[in-house]
Amino acid sequence: MRKVAIVGAGMTKFVRRALETPKELSYEAAKITLDSCGLTLEDVECIAHGTAPDAFDGLHQNGEYMVDGCGGWNKPTMRVYVGGGTGIHAVVHGWHHVASGLFDTCLVVCEEKMSSALPHAQAFFLTIFDSITERPLEPNLLWIFALEMNRYMERYGYTKEDMALVAVKNKLNGLKHPASQFTEEVTVEDVVNSEMMAYPVSRLDVSPVSDGAAALLLVSERVARRLTDKPVWIEGVGWSLDTAYWATRDLYYPRYTDTAARMAYEMAGIREPDKEIHIAEPYDPFGYKALHHMEGLQLSPRGKTVQLLHDGHFDIDGNLPMCPSGGLLGVGNPIAAAGTMKVCELFWQLRGEADGRQVPGNPRLGVAQSWGDLMQVSSVVVTGI
Amino acid sequence: MEDKIKVAGGTGLSAQDISSGKIFLTEDSLDCTYAWDTGVAVNRYLEELKKGKIIATRCRKCKRIMLPPRLFCELCFIPCPDWQYVQDSGIVNTYSICYVHWDASRIGKDEKPHLPAVIEIDGAAPGMGIMHILGEVEPQEIKIGMRVKAVWKPEAERSGSITDIKYFKPC
Repeated sequence: MRKVAIVGAGMTKFVRRALETPKELSYEAAKITLDSCGLTLEDVECIAHGTAPDAFDGLHQNGEYMVDGCGGWNKPTMRVYVGGGTGIHAVVHGWHHVASGLFDTCLVVCEEKMSSALPHAQAFFLTIFDSITERPLEPNLLWIFALEMNRYMERYGYTKEDMALVAVKNKLNGLKHPASQFTEEVTVEDVVNSEMMAYPVSRLDVSPVSDGAAALLLVSERVARRLTDKPVWIEGVGWSLDTAYWATRDLYYPRYTDTAARMAYEMAGIREPDKEIHIAEPYDPFGYKALHHMEGLQLSPRGKTVQLLHDGHFDIDGNLPMCPSGGLLGVGNPIAAAGTMKVCELFWQLRGEADGRQVPGNPRLGVAQSWGDLMQVSSVVVTGI
Repeated sequence: MEDKIKVAGGTGLSAQDISSGKIFLTEDSLDCTYAWDTGVAVNRYLEELKKGKIIATRCRKCKRIMLPPRLFCELCFIPCPDWQYVQDSGIVNTYSICYVHWDASRIGKDEKPHLPAVIEIDGAAPGMGIMHILGEVEPQEIKIGMRVKAVWKPEAERSGSITDIKYFKPC
């Protein structure tokens, strides 16, 4: 397999409701990504794009609709879709296109517009549950997160205040991100006292509903050397899908993340991820999920993660900065675009271009991870310079 | 050209932009109807629920007694023709106290919160849970590890559905 570099990144602002259509959002992110590395659509050989449920848009086969905004006109174009995992899975997908030797350039574009669905995009998640053994119970998506969060907290004696600290820290980081949809700091008290949605999940434990898009340009080594003296290499990729019988696996540990991370680390030649990795962007649609994923990513010992969080280990100036972008809690969560945003963040951080939220000490190795479907998929990308 | 971070587009709209008619909207609604076949294994599960019993399948290789029952073991990837009854009791593996409906709308003031739980069923493989709801319990009294038992609908009202069990209550 050939080496693959990221040479450009761009995104739209994440907002609660965007004027732009999904196609227009895709165009904005794709175009600014090309501009960032001085290329035009003519230089792009193929497209890997992603958007999560068609039901959000009410447009069946939304990937085909999006294609023009992604620059896919008359090009080899493929959509991947693994729910919340899509944003990084699409990067893995793009990596295949270039690593295989089939293409030298691949534009990765992920978009989500959640605001079109009324009254709330969450209603469509009812339809991911098993149609016969679960849906008659009228589940909602918050149920499974609340069930997982409760199990995780119980297992290690973590508290709601502990989990709230993730939202506090991520939202603080996000204030420095130019694409963030937030403008205010929150405190642990704010999070704990925010409206109870589904115990133990309160409103501020949850990332917002967002519209937005993010993109990356992936190229072969030969092209990368011509374009830039600061390529960011994709050192490893991994992905895994666990069983859809989600109630039959113990929810306290994300086995799917463990499997995906080990695959990516093996490819990257990483033996001690907690010591070797400088920046982590775990998927954080809920505060607890960032910590849960840090354990699955082998970046924190099981059951010790809250202590490390309190000790500042995961702060921007800590030993292993977590979600320096602000993550989904701090920037926003347009589902598929949110994952891609995390890889954009690694790109900017490793190049020293992250402005006010730059991780100090010239970080050289980062990992980003996304998660989705019925709490069963993880996609992982390791990047380095 | 290697510029700094690039962000473009994502023009935020306010509720007023919409209510004032500053932007145009078109609306549509989809009304989809489906009839799902219950499948080889789950059909038997539902038949037994109708009789007030919970039945599982057993894998001859990994020995798991599995709920919901399956035609094949997804781990060993072999057929599972052996059926086995399990108890209608178990322990709460995890639970939630939920104040929103499936469409994220808030429950009414007089409405009780939903109490979803994962229940590890007695007689099934360790950790083998099903999602169901709890009842006849105050939310603050629920504990992980609590023993619960199924409360069935009266026989005449059962229809061959997971809701033939009304809920699980502490026992």
